[in-house]
Amino acid sequence: MADTTAVDGAVSITGRTPWQITRARLAKDRGTMVAMGAAIFFVLLAVAAPALTALKLIDPYNGNDKLVGGLGSLPIGAFGGVSPQHWMGVEPGTGRDIFARVVAGLTVSLVVAVCAVMVSVVLGTVIGLVAGTAGGRVDWWLSRLTDFVLSFPQTLMLIALSTIVIDILQAAMGTDRTPASMIFMILVMGFFGWPIFARVIRGQVLSLKEREFIEAARSLGANRRRIYFKELLPHLWAPILVYTTLVMPQNIATEAALGFLGVGIQAPTPSFGSILNDSVHYANSDPAYFIFPGVTLFLVVLSFNLLGDGLRDALDPKADRQ
Amino acid sequence: MFYYILRRLASVVVMVFLITATTFALFFASPIDPARYTCGKNCTPTILEGNRKALGYDQPATVQYGKFIAGLVVGREFPDNEQLKKDHPEQIVKCPAPCLGYSPSQHRTINEMVSEAWPISLSIAIGAFILWMVIGVGGGIISALNKGKWQDRSIVGTALIGFSLPTFFVGLVLLTFPAIKWGAVPIPKYVPFTENPALWAANLILPWITLAFFFAASYVRLTRAYMIETLSEDYIRTANAKGVAKWAVIFKHGLRAVMTPIVTAAGLDLGGLLGGAIITESVFSLHGLGYLAVHSVTTMDLPTIVAMVMIVSTFIVVANMLVDIAYGFIDPRVKLAS
Repeated sequence: MADTTAVDGAVSITGRTPWQITRARLAKDRGTMVAMGAAIFFVLLAVAAPALTALKLIDPYNGNDKLVGGLGSLPIGAFGGVSPQHWMGVEPGTGRDIFARVVAGLTVSLVVAVCAVMVSVVLGTVIGLVAGTAGGRVDWWLSRLTDFVLSFPQTLMLIALSTIVIDILQAAMGTDRTPASMIFMILVMGFFGWPIFARVIRGQVLSLKEREFIEAARSLGANRRRIYFKELLPHLWAPILVYTTLVMPQNIATEAALGFLGVGIQAPTPSFGSILNDSVHYANSDPAYFIFPGVTLFLVVLSFNLLGDGLRDALDPKADRQ
Repeated sequence: MFYYILRRLASVVVMVFLITATTFALFFASPIDPARYTCGKNCTPTILEGNRKALGYDQPATVQYGKFIAGLVVGREFPDNEQLKKDHPEQIVKCPAPCLGYSPSQHRTINEMVSEAWPISLSIAIGAFILWMVIGVGGGIISALNKGKWQDRSIVGTALIGFSLPTFFVGLVLLTFPAIKWGAVPIPKYVPFTENPALWAANLILPWITLAFFFAASYVRLTRAYMIETLSEDYIRTANAKGVAKWAVIFKHGLRAVMTPIVTAAGLDLGGLLGGAIITESVFSLHGLGYLAVHSVTTMDLPTIVAMVMIVSTFIVVANMLVDIAYGFIDPRVKLAS
């Protein structure tokens, strides 16, 4: 296709938009394409999981006590009871299908991670945009606020706040623990995530403000709103996209870590955190129980990290265009 | 320089003050009754109210916060009851400055708990730090010198894996296989360095590897990126052209320029880790500051939670300050404005 000329600036004389350049670069980057494929696969699997459960193609909630036995009700068979019906074996004690639980858990974990990232993006973009454009005293105070939030020990605050906030949410919503702890993680992870976005956006705005096209727009008599939304915002999508992709896997890992510590989403709701928390009790007798979900978690995080790195390289205007 | 440091110190104090005040407000304005968790199973309203009064939980949050800050400066006594001090001085728990508070569920001052936990967290942090700096910076340099070759690709690939593997998963695998199943290394338990340095290291090797694997990854990427950029600078070409030895070009000219971003990252990471490696300590059941924090949360020990947040955020803020000051020494181009 046009790729061969598109990536060689010396030959090509056709003008290309930044998105075209990005697409051409991405198409050449095989590692990133594989990572993108994997990330899309995981997202689709997470979206499809409720339907798969409803159609009884996977069954994350009902056990089968014929598949476990002996002292401690360990899975029968090698590697935690791996079989053609149970790709990742079965859960010790209940005999539930681990693959089904991992797939259902993927939904819960991704919902939390995506929503938390959205909270961070909205807060961070608004604060960064205001700080960058307003400048002066407003900028100073907003930057101090950013420093202040960054100085909080994040993991510790998440753990510490879980004690009170989940109880309050549970009482306020009148539901059981799972929805309350999901909302808690979305809000608190989202809240501690915004400073990264605010800093990047502010930096971008500061450098964009001095560019000729803003000056041109201003001298042509464009009003402030037009400059914010029509001139500045389109240039901010690239860093927002890159950082969203990079913060996503961190959120997934944080959910898993909190669940692992027993303060996040808890059994019987499956999530990476709750599954791994349960599997710790069987770490010696049935290591397959933590290895299969752990490796899946690793692959999900890895695919998003690779994708984020690739996007950053592709979207970076400073990267060499050879 | 002097004024710069003074100003930064002042901002550290303000920052820690704000963070503790926020934490205090969050926990003491919450609907949770801290007295309820001091009372145990055979709780009667009399004991509950007695405890509430003895621990000062009946007072407004601002008064409690004032006492907490005063305790940091001049120390405190628990319970703060003049009558009891006169009648039964033996029942008073003394908490000298800087007093972090009293944990009703542990029946001890938080200072005692912290002083027991702190050497463990320090040991974990120092060992892991040395390991990841050597591996991370070394790997980054090798990668940069072999840019695009198989060495570079395998190092960068391993780094990405290390960065994507959750710490608790690595810890759990290391604990289950080499320690428990194969018996190749001892199951980690803390042996003080002063008691037996060899056993100290042997017991901590798994936590060190767990943390270093994660942290080294970002140092490989950081060092590699800056090293590649630096090695293409004109002054490196000049040094090569005038016949400076290859190692001297890499370490004296190249690494010198890469130092600034590495020191920044190292200072902040170490600062965060000194407050306790929450997940690693939990996986290996090492009772350091991180474990203490998680334990205080699961037992609803509010005074300890507040103290832990304060300790950890102090480390972060102080590390930030030290990094900024270190800039002035490492990078002669940086002038610290006062």
